[in-house]
Amino acid sequence: MTGYLIRRAATALVVLLGVSVFIFLMLHLIYPSPAIDVLGPHANKFSINQWNVQHGFDEPWLVQYLRYLNQLLHGNLGYSYKLNQSVAALFQERWLRSAYLSGVTLFLSVVIAIPLGIYQAVRRNTVGDSVVTTGAFVTYAMPDFFLYLIAIQLFAITIPIFSYEGPQTTSMWSIITDWRAMTLPIVCLTLLELAGYSRYMRSAAIDTLAQDYIKAARAKGLPERLVLWRHLVRNAMLPMITLIGLSIPVLLAGNLICEAVFNFPGLGLLFYDSLGTADYPILLAYTLVGAALTIAGNFIADISLTVADPRIRLV
Amino acid sequence: MTNIAPELPPPGLTPEPEGGAVGPIQSGWRLAAREFAANRLAVLGLAALVFFVLFCYLGPLVYHGGLTSDLSSTNLPPGPGHPLGTDAEGFDVLEQLMVGGRAALEIGFFSALIGIVIGAAWGAVSGLAGGLFDGFLMRIVDVLLSIPFLFVVLIVAVRYGSSVLGLSLIIGFFTWQVPARLVRGEVLTLRVRDFVSAARAAGSRQLRIINRHLLPNSLGVVIVTATFAVADAILAVATLGFLGFGLQYPTFDWGDMLNNGVTYLQDGYWWQVYPVGICIIVVVMACNLLGDALRDALDVRLRRR
Repeated sequence: MTGYLIRRAATALVVLLGVSVFIFLMLHLIYPSPAIDVLGPHANKFSINQWNVQHGFDEPWLVQYLRYLNQLLHGNLGYSYKLNQSVAALFQERWLRSAYLSGVTLFLSVVIAIPLGIYQAVRRNTVGDSVVTTGAFVTYAMPDFFLYLIAIQLFAITIPIFSYEGPQTTSMWSIITDWRAMTLPIVCLTLLELAGYSRYMRSAAIDTLAQDYIKAARAKGLPERLVLWRHLVRNAMLPMITLIGLSIPVLLAGNLICEAVFNFPGLGLLFYDSLGTADYPILLAYTLVGAALTIAGNFIADISLTVADPRIRLV
Repeated sequence: MTNIAPELPPPGLTPEPEGGAVGPIQSGWRLAAREFAANRLAVLGLAALVFFVLFCYLGPLVYHGGLTSDLSSTNLPPGPGHPLGTDAEGFDVLEQLMVGGRAALEIGFFSALIGIVIGAAWGAVSGLAGGLFDGFLMRIVDVLLSIPFLFVVLIVAVRYGSSVLGLSLIIGFFTWQVPARLVRGEVLTLRVRDFVSAARAAGSRQLRIINRHLLPNSLGVVIVTATFAVADAILAVATLGFLGFGLQYPTFDWGDMLNNGVTYLQDGYWWQVYPVGICIIVVVMACNLLGDALRDALDVRLRRR
């Protein structure tokens, strides 16, 4: 187990390093220097060159990359010349809001998906199963923003119960308590995540139901309730661990679109705004953070699966 | 000399084999096709896709609603002359749907094609090479898979995503990693099979083994992934367009139509939002149904007959 842990962590680090090289190089090729942002659109070539030399933007990309990496390791995520703020400060101001949105929706969708998928697997091919499957299939094929638009149209414009915009306050407490503004983003994002999870949970539960130990449990006369709780649920939940770990890129993308549509001031909206203003230090830092979270998610999923499933023996 | 085979039946009359008669041998592909045709949802998905191809490519030849700016007829509700109304520029929504669908279908198709061609080649080489080189190629796949898809596609598309070709290349470049992994997995199991050893013993070179034996046998996996890749690409293009970083006028695009239509959601101009959204959902659903059905049809273990 320890050997596996070390090897797995080493691979994760190598991949993370590769990711940082790739993202840095990609953004370096697209946006070579922020000189124009600092000096203004009419700066002459000489002063741009001068500025680049002074700030090290004339050096080969590898040197610039190593400097960036060094800064990263010291906790400096870069500096946004457009917003005149350090990226770390911008992230610090907003990350909790995005984490709240992601956390609540992830929790809700998993908590709903597990019983829903098991219900569908047990009552396979009944009306209830078909209704849920169809709903999940349609939601799965729907562009995220289209669900938000329908929800806004129905519950914010036609029947104005909820707000069509996310909360705009800075205090975390008022964001949590502002149910009028938070309901639509949370409910829609949960539905979108649920669509994927419940399909997966259903097929995992169907696979588990076909196993011999379920037949054995039924054959020895165990009540169906115990068969489900003791044997089905616990085994069918194992693939969910991996799925949740692997779904971090999807969660981040979901957050991005949700925050952009509802104007919810989190990290996703910051990224979206930075795309328009070509504020590449923010794009670089957030993509890097997203990739790091993805790698961490895969890592944690692998490790917790080996902990949760004693059949996986590692050397 | 005694008769050594007195029991032989008269010629032209073969006896019933033990265990019953065997039907004519069918190829795997024909069995898969039969399985596919028996799946009503799959046929429905295929029909929807064929409909949209005809709708987008032949529709504008038959129907002319007007794709020139006409400021005397802006934001008209559905009515005579404009079955789905007009938008803020006076463009006919129905014809815009037809022309805009081309971009979605083309990008979906091309990016999936790019993705599976690179992916299949990468996976086959990696699986066959083995050792350190395999590890190196697969770590590159890991690196690219770790970067959230929407983020990189957005970053690159802001700069280079203003054409169908550009978007296809961008999306295709971030699509090949999953096919590469799957093909590598297939190749790893196939390369130790007897027919590959036989080919190698017969003196086939690596390239021939890849082309004639490994890739055709992993085709099933590749086709299924490609179908889902088309669906994902269409969703990605719509999202890019909606966020304002995709195709823009004079290229018509579903996402861009939605981006424009949303402005008037509060005014109740529903025809600028819902028909486009429904088109996207139907096309993506059709691809997903097709992918599910192909997976079932090509998976021998799931075959009912």
